[in-house]
Amino acid sequence: MDNLANLLDGFANVVTPMNLLFALLGVTIGTAVGVLPGIGPAMTVALLLPVTYGMEPTQALIMFAGIFYGGMYGGSTTSILLNTPGESSSVVTAIEGNKMAKAGRAAQALATAAIGSFVAGTIATLLLVLVTPPLVQFAISLGAPDYFALMLLSFVAVTAVLGASRVRGFASLLLGLVIGIVGIDSVSGQQRLTLGIPQLADGIDVVVVAVGIFAVGEALWIAAHLRRRAAEVIPVGQPWMGRQDWKRSWKPWLRGTAFGFPFGALPAGGAEIPTFLSYVTEKKLTKHPEEFGRGAIEGVAGPEAANNASAAGTLVPLLAMGLPTNATAAVMLAALHQWGFQPGPLLFERESALVWTLIASLFVGNLLLLVLNLPLAPAWAKLLRIPRPYLYAGIIFFASMGAYAVNASPFDLFLLLIIGLLGFMMRRFGLPILPLIVGVILGPLAEKQGRRALQLSGGELHGLLGGWVSWTVYTTIVVVLLWPLIGRFVVRPLRERLVTG
Amino acid sequence: MTVLVGYVPSPLGEAALRAAVEQARFRDEPVLVVNTSRGDAYVDPRFAQEAELDRVSRELTAAGVPHSVRQLVRGRDAAEEIVDIVEAEEISMVVIGVRHRTAVGKLIMGSAAQEILLRVPCPVLAVKAD
Repeated sequence: MDNLANLLDGFANVVTPMNLLFALLGVTIGTAVGVLPGIGPAMTVALLLPVTYGMEPTQALIMFAGIFYGGMYGGSTTSILLNTPGESSSVVTAIEGNKMAKAGRAAQALATAAIGSFVAGTIATLLLVLVTPPLVQFAISLGAPDYFALMLLSFVAVTAVLGASRVRGFASLLLGLVIGIVGIDSVSGQQRLTLGIPQLADGIDVVVVAVGIFAVGEALWIAAHLRRRAAEVIPVGQPWMGRQDWKRSWKPWLRGTAFGFPFGALPAGGAEIPTFLSYVTEKKLTKHPEEFGRGAIEGVAGPEAANNASAAGTLVPLLAMGLPTNATAAVMLAALHQWGFQPGPLLFERESALVWTLIASLFVGNLLLLVLNLPLAPAWAKLLRIPRPYLYAGIIFFASMGAYAVNASPFDLFLLLIIGLLGFMMRRFGLPILPLIVGVILGPLAEKQGRRALQLSGGELHGLLGGWVSWTVYTTIVVVLLWPLIGRFVVRPLRERLVTG
Repeated sequence: MTVLVGYVPSPLGEAALRAAVEQARFRDEPVLVVNTSRGDAYVDPRFAQEAELDRVSRELTAAGVPHSVRQLVRGRDAAEEIVDIVEAEEISMVVIGVRHRTAVGKLIMGSAAQEILLRVPCPVLAVKAD
């Protein structure tokens, strides 16, 4: 009941004109970047981070949450109308969504995506309200060794579970950890990897890294691949759904939510796995199997609900424990640090008003998104007509301004360029971006927790093994790391024996 | 000699195409259909999709006019491409569609029609959509 009162307080805080304005701004920007392929909420939040230094943290967070949710809505529009997913989370939507649009059912596809996103977002945000406070209680009981173990699990999960290649994932993570180490060590006061450059003594600012990797790297990549045949947008009227569409959509929405929320909350969650799982499930359960592959509405409804639910799920570990599970959450975590908050279980106690206002703003933002997207989806698709040179020129401008604004030092601009080139090379060689960002942001935090644990035990390694939590986590890590070996030497022989026997 | 038509998938482009066919019959010359895009946006409404060009091709065949279709995506403006073709090849006439543009629109975006009218060395037939 306590939480309900808090939540109502949060609503009271949100419905001030200024906060509503920032929520609207956030969801509008979010939808726009969601529509545009290659520009995602993570890049946008990183670009806008320096702008928010002059704002109330509450309003900035409301805006960021709007961008995060909006990106999930916008991605589906391009998937359906253009067969070009705006976000990685709507790749699966394109499979059936574009087929539906080609069969003249674009309006229904857009409608089920938007309404499904709304339903899933609302349910998942309610789940967030229910799940987070108990998790906070649990998280407060955790000590430094447990946190260290959990962060290690995050590292392993984002590198080994997501993406095609573990080697590339770990290479990217290592780059991130190295960038995170640069600067003066807070315990011993030694300079690490500063190469004798005084400006590096304070470390490399997270904003510079995030903006460089996301914005500059992407801009260079696009510049290298500029020419392409323009795609055709399928014309569409007002999105709407018939009785039959509602009947076939509501179950996939709920099932998608059930997949999306827990996966979003897991360290290796993200939206890719649950959307895919939801698609596969709908394909199995559908009463119209003949339509799959030719535009089945279930194949749009399920994944679209799943990606929005996972967005809400992502906020659970972020708010309760300060653990990000995807790139946008990682940048939001960096933002909380920059504003001087200490993300983690204590955030709920110390900044209760901030957190509950944020959660309330999610409900409001979700409603705004439905209003923005349902009637306006065809208008959003027009954004794709913007010539990319103009778009990326603007992004580079914003990126340089943001990187310079952090410390007002020209040195950061050189760093931005170097990190941008690194981002370009990573795209060129297929290294995933997420492990690097998580490494940069979570690396120093993990180091702090690890060293705290070791200090408490007087440098003995057994200090890293706290209670049952860290034992469980380390076991999980070992299983995840050894999974390919287990698969080869245990599961496969067993299966073969079963088959032959 | 050939009649060149700047084609866009719109009523304007269709009108230009019809005028070009008329001219080609009158002059007893083949038609060269040109469609261009700078190719730097994800979506370009002036870029004719394959199905569109196939239809144009079929219509010209049905009309009994010898023709060829050329689609250029090289990051250059439509006017530049057309002027280059006219200067390099034997073109007797260029057919383009023109529409009303506001002064501000012309100031910001420029006018492909004006570029072509002023720079092409051969006669230009400007057609309005009906």
